[in-house]
Amino acid sequence: MTHRQRIVVLGHGMVGHRFVQAACERGLTETYDIVVVGEEPRTAYDRVGLTSFFEKGADALALLVDDTYPDPRVRLMTGVEATDVDLAERTVALSDGESIGYDQLVLATGSAPFVPPVPGRDLEGCFVYRTIEDLERIREASREASTGVVIGGGLLGLEAANALVQLGLDTHVVEMAPRLMPAQLDDGGGTALLRHIEGLGLHVHTDARTEEVVGAEGRVRGLRLAEGEIEADVVVFSAGIRPRDQLARAAGLAVGERGGVVVDHQCRTEDEHVWAIGECAAPGGICYGLVAPGYTMAEVTVDAMLGGEGRFDEADMSTKLKLLDVDVASFGDAFATTPGALELVFADAVGGLYKKLVVADHPSGQGLRLLGGILVGDASAYGSLRPMVASDLALPENPEELILPAGRAVADVGLPDEAQVCSCNDVTKGAILAATDAGCEDAACVTRCTRAGSTCGTCKPLVKKIVEDHFAEQGKQVDRSLCEHFPLTRQELWDVVAVHGYTSFDEVVEAHGSGRGCDLCKPAVASILATQVGQHVLGRGRRTLQDTNDAYLANLQRNGSYSVVPRVPGGEITPEKLIAIGEVARDFGLYTKITGGQRIDMFGARMEQLPAIWRRLVDAGMESGQAYGKALRTVKSCVGQSWCRYGVQDSTSLAIELELRYRGLRSPHKVKAGVSGCARECAEARSKDFGVIATEKGWNLYVAGNGGYNPVHAQLLAQDLDKQTLISYIDRFLMYYCRTADRLQRTAPWVASLDGGLERVREVVVDDSLGLGSELEAAMARHVGDYVDEWQATLEDPEKLARFVSFVNAPDVPDANITFTQERDQTTPADSEGPVVIAAEISVGAPQ
Amino acid sequence: MSGEGEWVAVCGIDRIDPEGGVAALVHGEAVAVIRTYDDVVYALSNYDPFSHASVLARGIVGTRTLDGDEVPFVASPMHKQAFDLRTGQCLDDEAVSVPTYEVRVSEGQVLIGGRREAT
Ligand code: SRM
Ligand SMILES: Cc1cc2nc3c(=O)[nH]c(=O)nc-3n(C[C@H](O)[C@H](O)[C@H](O)COP(=O)(O)OP(=O)(O)OC[C@H]3O[C@@H](n4cnc5c(N)ncnc54)[C@H](O)[C@@H]3O)c2cc1C
Ligand code: SF4
Ligand code: FES
Repeated sequence: MTHRQRIVVLGHGMVGHRFVQAACERGLTETYDIVVVGEEPRTAYDRVGLTSFFEKGADALALLVDDTYPDPRVRLMTGVEATDVDLAERTVALSDGESIGYDQLVLATGSAPFVPPVPGRDLEGCFVYRTIEDLERIREASREASTGVVIGGGLLGLEAANALVQLGLDTHVVEMAPRLMPAQLDDGGGTALLRHIEGLGLHVHTDARTEEVVGAEGRVRGLRLAEGEIEADVVVFSAGIRPRDQLARAAGLAVGERGGVVVDHQCRTEDEHVWAIGECAAPGGICYGLVAPGYTMAEVTVDAMLGGEGRFDEADMSTKLKLLDVDVASFGDAFATTPGALELVFADAVGGLYKKLVVADHPSGQGLRLLGGILVGDASAYGSLRPMVASDLALPENPEELILPAGRAVADVGLPDEAQVCSCNDVTKGAILAATDAGCEDAACVTRCTRAGSTCGTCKPLVKKIVEDHFAEQGKQVDRSLCEHFPLTRQELWDVVAVHGYTSFDEVVEAHGSGRGCDLCKPAVASILATQVGQHVLGRGRRTLQDTNDAYLANLQRNGSYSVVPRVPGGEITPEKLIAIGEVARDFGLYTKITGGQRIDMFGARMEQLPAIWRRLVDAGMESGQAYGKALRTVKSCVGQSWCRYGVQDSTSLAIELELRYRGLRSPHKVKAGVSGCARECAEARSKDFGVIATEKGWNLYVAGNGGYNPVHAQLLAQDLDKQTLISYIDRFLMYYCRTADRLQRTAPWVASLDGGLERVREVVVDDSLGLGSELEAAMARHVGDYVDEWQATLEDPEKLARFVSFVNAPDVPDANITFTQERDQTTPADSEGPVVIAAEISVGAPQ
Repeated sequence: MSGEGEWVAVCGIDRIDPEGGVAALVHGEAVAVIRTYDDVVYALSNYDPFSHASVLARGIVGTRTLDGDEVPFVASPMHKQAFDLRTGQCLDDEAVSVPTYEVRVSEGQVLIGGRREAT
């Protein structure tokens, strides 16, 4: 079939998003175009973390970078509701009047809060708690309010109550059942939680029926319960959720007894072209109000569309959350409904702890196995207990130790490989070990590769523990030493050099290393000395430390020739300099190419030609571009305010200033930057190690972006800065990087590896919490003051120049291994098959 | 083609940095002449069999501990394979080695002799 098919996804919530993500990753988009129709005004966001909207804003919740999928075959519509599905025609009608056809339809419409039919529920001041817009409205109403009530004391109700407290309201919780969180907690757990919550000043009413929302002039005034009235200016309904299955009902698809689209084990409805996933679906007749089962359904559906046989059976309903700073967890058979189940309870009313394990005899007849449990007040054991439920592991001799306060340490108690460690993303211990064996060297990398720990974060301590134990087992003490010669990390080496004031490799290796070094430690020490001490890279004792590119101040090419890249600060260049470059390239027969970094590269120079080439370039006013160095490369610019009709600042001038400021700075890896004149971002600053984007009020500074192998968008470090502050922050950022990053670690992985990540950088660079700011700036000032052009200095020094000869005893004879052919009117390297013998008679240097 | 027994003076030892190298042309062949930290001079073919470029003299010189022995090596500047300066044996690939040359230092001059027989 040649025509491309189309999948239409209705709903862009958490599960719809995961479906698209999995479809792209698993190649479903090779055969299908995907159209996503989302009713909310924004693209998918982290609803699980909804409450943090008040603290962090909407951007922090976004699940998509820049509101788009990197795959162009996915089309995303927001603010559009699907109003009707025609199963016979296979079309969906949209609220904007459009109608789209589908080959496969995926319902991912989630659920809606249930609002009980009490009188007064439509009064102004009544809300639900589901979307960012709901929260915006609640925040707005709270400005004028002093008292709030949440109807519903379940998981979401308490979350909403938490939010009202944060908004400064005197808050009541009204729950019909005799205890809080009735679905997850038993009486003991509910009581412990109640004590915590009342201790925080909330008023909890259990066994309480709401009879009416009382109002005056169309506005909420309070709540009438059977037992009396509560005053309230804000009422939030959180009395459960109902699957949004109306589209399916109207289309004639079967729905479950309690709602939810009926689907089979592959999430397919009765109509073979229609699927339902997430909270709107009812696999096995059950609707799941948690994200993890939804994610699994999304994966299963993608798999089924690819012809796979993955199944969604029953889901783990375990939950762990922090409510008003109280840890609560409930997992497995928390209510001990399994025949023969026993409960082990530890309760400490003073400490506010309630912990229960549900156990049964192990089928092997030996010991006990864990069926489930409830933890209130301290849920640190959850991460290691929950996976034990799924595995058939026998419990240790004294299982109560698992819940006694002393057993706080994360224990993985020998989980089997199949044990699920991350429930949000269904990652087993085996998958984590496989990631470490495939090259992950820390937990952060495992999280990136497997997603374990990337959603709710609960499993993070366990992931870390598994990774570290695994390394320890292999006797690999997560070794970060540089090489066999130095038992130090690059950062430790930096400190050693700074503390002792070393100026040469010999001093460093004699005092702290062994042997005579190698191609790993020598360039690293050279880079550290260059940043701390300065001095020319080709100075005595220095040049032999350099990687080949630095050793000849040019980039080695495949046939042994070199390329030459003059600096073009900010990408701005005069016609005269362009002509000079053109003339040099022509006269020396060099292949010429515009680089990806806004400058010009000339290839095919023989080593002995480099001084003559640079003589011409330096005379024409150019200097080294350090394309060969682990150093600042380019500060890419856009044309900015000076020409562009959208520009709000002079980005070109700033880019030039920054490039000239940081040129020559030797760093753990290369450093690239960009400056854009407005948010259109033509300079792609957010793919750079540091990027600056103009705003009406100043400059936004982004850090730790990366193109290359593992592209990462730079993250916002500080906003609306004036130029001076901007420069001081960049000074600090770069010097902090030079000091603490690993050898050949770009800024993105470096920031990711810091304990605290970007927040750590912010503390050091913006808040100056270590008091390092002025020291870092002074170090940069030294660098700026000491800068000299490496090529100019080389041309002035006969000793350095003496090295640029093809043969020490025949300086005029070119290396016959370097040969070229022509392609598209330019020079290109020709491969050689073996050593070439130079036949000519050569006068060899006689002893002098 | 290698002129046995014919010693060729290529340069003064001062022209070579300690732990550095120079390329010399000896009987039409490109030879990497490398001086170690303790002033021992080694000569091996300049041709890197991995990258097919004549570049070994431009590599980083160091030591690697193998079976308790400190082996002096030069790492190809192209893709970093290390070669034992004494034997030309590649330390990263048993099957590969480069030819070595007789070498001696006399009155401050470095002299290169014939190609050694492969062992
Ligand atoms: C010349 C150029 C390609 C071109 O024809 O446009 C180029 C050429 C090389 N790049 Fe690049 N990169 C060039 C722009 C880029 C860019 C685009 C940019 O800078 O905007 C990137 C992605 C952006 C980034 O770095 O985040 C880029 C990502 C890389 C990487 C991957 C880095 C990473 O973090 O994953 C390497 C490998 C490395 O550095 O380890 C690399 C390495 C190289 C090396 C040094 C490979 C090598 O060892 O020989 C190439 C040598 C260039 C030479 O001999 O002169 N090049 N390289 C570009 C020179 C730009 C300049 O003016 O200096
Ligand atoms: C405050 C809060 C806290 C939570 N905490 C947790 C937690 O700790 N752990 C946990 O596992 N889960 C938690 N959840 C539940 C979790 O958020 C949901 O399980 C998850 O969002 C379900 O994803 P979904 O895609 O099925 O539904 P949703 O995320 O609701 O997405 C459905 C989307 O479809 C859109 N839509 C509906 N109908 C149409 C239509 N006709 N046309 C177009 N678009 C439509 C909706 O507007 C919505 O954007 C919490 C939920 C809330 C509200
Ligand atoms: S980033 Fe803005 S100012 Fe710069 S060129 Fe693009 S549109 Fe113009
Ligand atoms: S369990 Fe939620 S991220 Fe792993």
